[in-house]
Parts: sequence; structure tokens; C-alpha cells
Amino acid sequence: MGMPDRKLPLLTTETEAFWTGGKDGCLMIQRCTACGLYQHPPLPICSACRTETVLPTAVSGRARIKTFTINHQAWVPGLDEKFVFAAVELEEQAEIYVFTNILAPPEKVHSGMAVKVCFEHHEDVWLPMFELAGGPDAS
Amino acid sequence: MLPEHQVCITGIGQTPAARPSNRSALKLTLDACLEAIHDAGIKVEDVDGLICHPGKTPEGGGISPVGTVETMMALGIRPVWTNPSSHEGPGHMAAIFQGIMAIATGLCKHVLCFRSVAQASARMKSRESTLLTGNRERIDPGNNAFAVPYHAYSPVNLWALYAQAYFDKYGATEEQLGWVSVNGRRHAQHNPNALYRGRELSIEDYLASRMITTPLRLYDCDSHIDGSTAILLSAKDLAKDLKNPPINIEAMGMSMGAFGEGLHTGDFTMTPAEHCGTMLWNRTDMTPKDVQCAQIYDGFSIHVWLWLEAMGLSGRGEAASFIAGGTRTAVDGVMPLNTSGGQLSAGRFHGYGHTHEAAVQLWGRGGGRQVPGAKTAMAVNGGYGYGAMLLRTD
Repeated sequence: MGMPDRKLPLLTTETEAFWTGGKDGCLMIQRCTACGLYQHPPLPICSACRTETVLPTAVSGRARIKTFTINHQAWVPGLDEKFVFAAVELEEQAEIYVFTNILAPPEKVHSGMAVKVCFEHHEDVWLPMFELAGGPDAS
Repeated sequence: MLPEHQVCITGIGQTPAARPSNRSALKLTLDACLEAIHDAGIKVEDVDGLICHPGKTPEGGGISPVGTVETMMALGIRPVWTNPSSHEGPGHMAAIFQGIMAIATGLCKHVLCFRSVAQASARMKSRESTLLTGNRERIDPGNNAFAVPYHAYSPVNLWALYAQAYFDKYGATEEQLGWVSVNGRRHAQHNPNALYRGRELSIEDYLASRMITTPLRLYDCDSHIDGSTAILLSAKDLAKDLKNPPINIEAMGMSMGAFGEGLHTGDFTMTPAEHCGTMLWNRTDMTPKDVQCAQIYDGFSIHVWLWLEAMGLSGRGEAASFIAGGTRTAVDGVMPLNTSGGQLSAGRFHGYGHTHEAAVQLWGRGGGRQVPGAKTAMAVNGGYGYGAMLLRTD
């Protein structure tokens, strides 16, 4: 039983902060210093006000599970365990979604649950993962 | 005059779905293309525009193994315009839209659009070649880089998020979703090109099938095939003298999403296909009530719910109950749905099966799956980019 190696993201000028923030324990989401909006995925300019004043910004790491799926299919050899793939909505702004795995027994997971970020380190990448935070559900 | 009003569909061709085919991908393409040309009754040399979706891709996986150049060469034609469309466009229908524009601008008279796939053959060599992971060392930002590191190997993992959100919001059920597949499988029994002709599927079979990624099961996923479809577009003033009654393009709609780049907005029960629906209905006086059959993209079953609502063919949150039971979506129902079997049961012709089937219906060639008296048909394509056409015969 186990899981295969993860296929890691290529780090780019825009995405590096998101994928490496975990080195310092921070979930880094791009924010526009002009209009204040967060945007994810990160881009060279703010897609709302088109200024170049976007900066990776540490957020709280608190979120809610917007929607999720429990994967059963062994797509590649070694993918033996069921796992949860989810979109979580960050508490800082509505409709800012981060894809992740929920590190909890799949049968305990449902939409609306409060989660908090943690990180899994591979090579030069710190993958943001989320675990159950406890507390009341939003759903 | 709208560009789409200057263009008609005049011929169609399609190979049977095969897993795998004993014909090469180029041979499949030529078979579909020549069938469409002969169907319209023009000479091969009359084809002066050639386009495929997407461009020939060198990455393997069989997603688009044949390009316009080798097809042009084998057909022995000299088109004034050739062009591959792109994955980045408004879904698979992008090639057809570009063909429409080439004719409407006066550049071409007859544009042949084709879509070929050889994913069944590719998977026999490398299973991973058809997964999102591909054969890359690292995932670049345009290729689902925000999903793949989380063991999301297939688009089905993404679409399961939409299915679960729809279940949560509207209280829809697994059985209701199952009827999308069961409905198509019933129709596929009458489609000679369908992969699963001769293999019926009941709702009990569906519910007993293995889970892929909750709430989507095996039969919520279409099947990769080897096959090709060709659609011939002609200038309207020429179309009336050809073999088939011209199929008019009453209106087209298109929009783009950025799912591969990782952008998702809303609450996961709607996609940017909403904009495609708005555009289409803004270009016609017809209304959803005028649609006599609907050929709706079904790479995964959940697409059908989302598309029906995006096109206004069913109320918000009502697609699940509309399809359940299969009566309303039968060939004699109020809105016959995916009468070829769709991709779920005919095979992943990747968008082009839906337009092909709309023409089959409008020309009355459906046999046991014919919608009586069908004069209008909706065809829609796409999961990451979105295209739609409202078609009619007079």
C-alpha cells in the first residue's frame, strides 16, 4: 500500500512563490497592492485593474472545502489508496480556490468543512495541503 | 449578415469507432473526409479550405495524430487556405467556426473540417500518454499544473468536483446522473458507428459499476477510440445545388475557459459555457423551445447537466430531474438527447460526433434513432472551451 511519486509543477516567475512559500510555513497568494484583490493562479498583472503591482502575500491558510472528490481509480501503478482531491475556498476572498488534497480519512470529508494549510516538501517544491481544522461546518 | 448565415453544412462522414482500428489514423481521416465530400456531391478538387481540430500534436497520446498537410497531400488537393485550430479556442468546434469565417469572408467555397483521434492505439503503447501527467518531467502552468501534483491524473478528477458541487447544491442523485449514460446507450443501439452498439446498459448496471472518483463511475466517462469525423461546410449560394438539403447555421456561440490554467470561478455548478449560450441566443429569434433534438457534449456525464443549463435547454438545477427516467430525452420525447449515443456510448469522437449526429437527424438518416420530423438541432462541444451551433433545415 502507498502512493506513487507526485508529478511536480514547473516553477515559473509567477508560480514560484506559491510553490515554495511552505519553506517558510506560508501560503503565498498573489495580491494586487493597487486594488487589493487576491488572484490565483498568479499572473504578471492584476486581471482586475491591469496594474503590475501584484505581490505574493502570505494568507492565513484557513479555508473551507468548496467541493471534493474521493479518487478510487488506480491511474498509475502504486496508486493504491483512496484519497481526497478538493477545491478549497480561502477565507480572505470569495471564489479564490486552491486545488489540494485533504489529509483526512476520505469518509470524514464533506463540502463546507473548515481546513487549514500544511505543506509537503518534495525537491524544490512545498505543496500546499490542507487538513481538517475542526469547528463548525459552513454547509 | 451574420457569418454563419452565409454557410451551410452540406456533407458529413464518419468512420466507425474502434478500439483499436486496423486502419492508420491518416486512413481513417481520409475515409471520413472522402465520405463527407461524396455525401455533398462535390468533386474532391472543389475543396478549397481544409482545417482540423486541434493541430497535429507531436506529444502522442493519439489526441490529434493527423494534420492538414498530410491530408491535403493524400487527397491531392490544393486548398487556398489550411489551418489547424487549437486546444485554446472555443472547444472542439473552433475548427468549424474558423471554416465558417473562411467562407463568409469570401476566401473559400467549400471547407472540409475534420477531427481524428487514435487514443485507443496510443493507450496500447503507453497508458500514461493519455493522462494529464503525460510524459513530462514537470508540469507547466498551462497543463493543469495546479491539479496534477495532487494526484489528479485525469480530467475526470476535475469534473467530479463539479458533479459533487451540483449534488450538494441541488440534491441531485447518483441515479439521476446515471440516466445520462443509460439514455445515450439506448440510442447507441441504433448507431452503426457506435462503440457500444450491441452492449446495452441499465440503470442497475450503472449503479453497480465501479467508482472512478466520487460521484463519477465508470459509465460517467466516455471511451477513447480510434476514429475520424468530417464535416463539409459550403457557401450558401452553392449549397442549394448540392445533393443534400442545406443545413443552415441559425446561430453560433463560443466562449473560453481557463481550466487547464487552474482558473475556476462561481460555485462549481456553472462553467464559462454560460457565455456561449448567451451569445448564441443573442444571434437568433428562435428560442430553446424550438430545439427538436440536442446533441450535447458528454466527455463526462456531468457535462450534459452543465451544458443543458448553460444553453437554457433546462432550468437551473433542473437538468438532473429532466433527464432522469429517460422518457423526455427519448427520440419521441420532448427533447431527444444525444441520439447517436454521445461520446459516452458512441465513443470519444471528441466533439465532432455531436455535429455529425445533428446532421444525421436533420437529414432523416437516423433509422431506429431518428427523431420524427426533426428540423432543428442543437450541437454543443467542449469542457475547457465552449462552442455551440443551432442548426436547421427549411
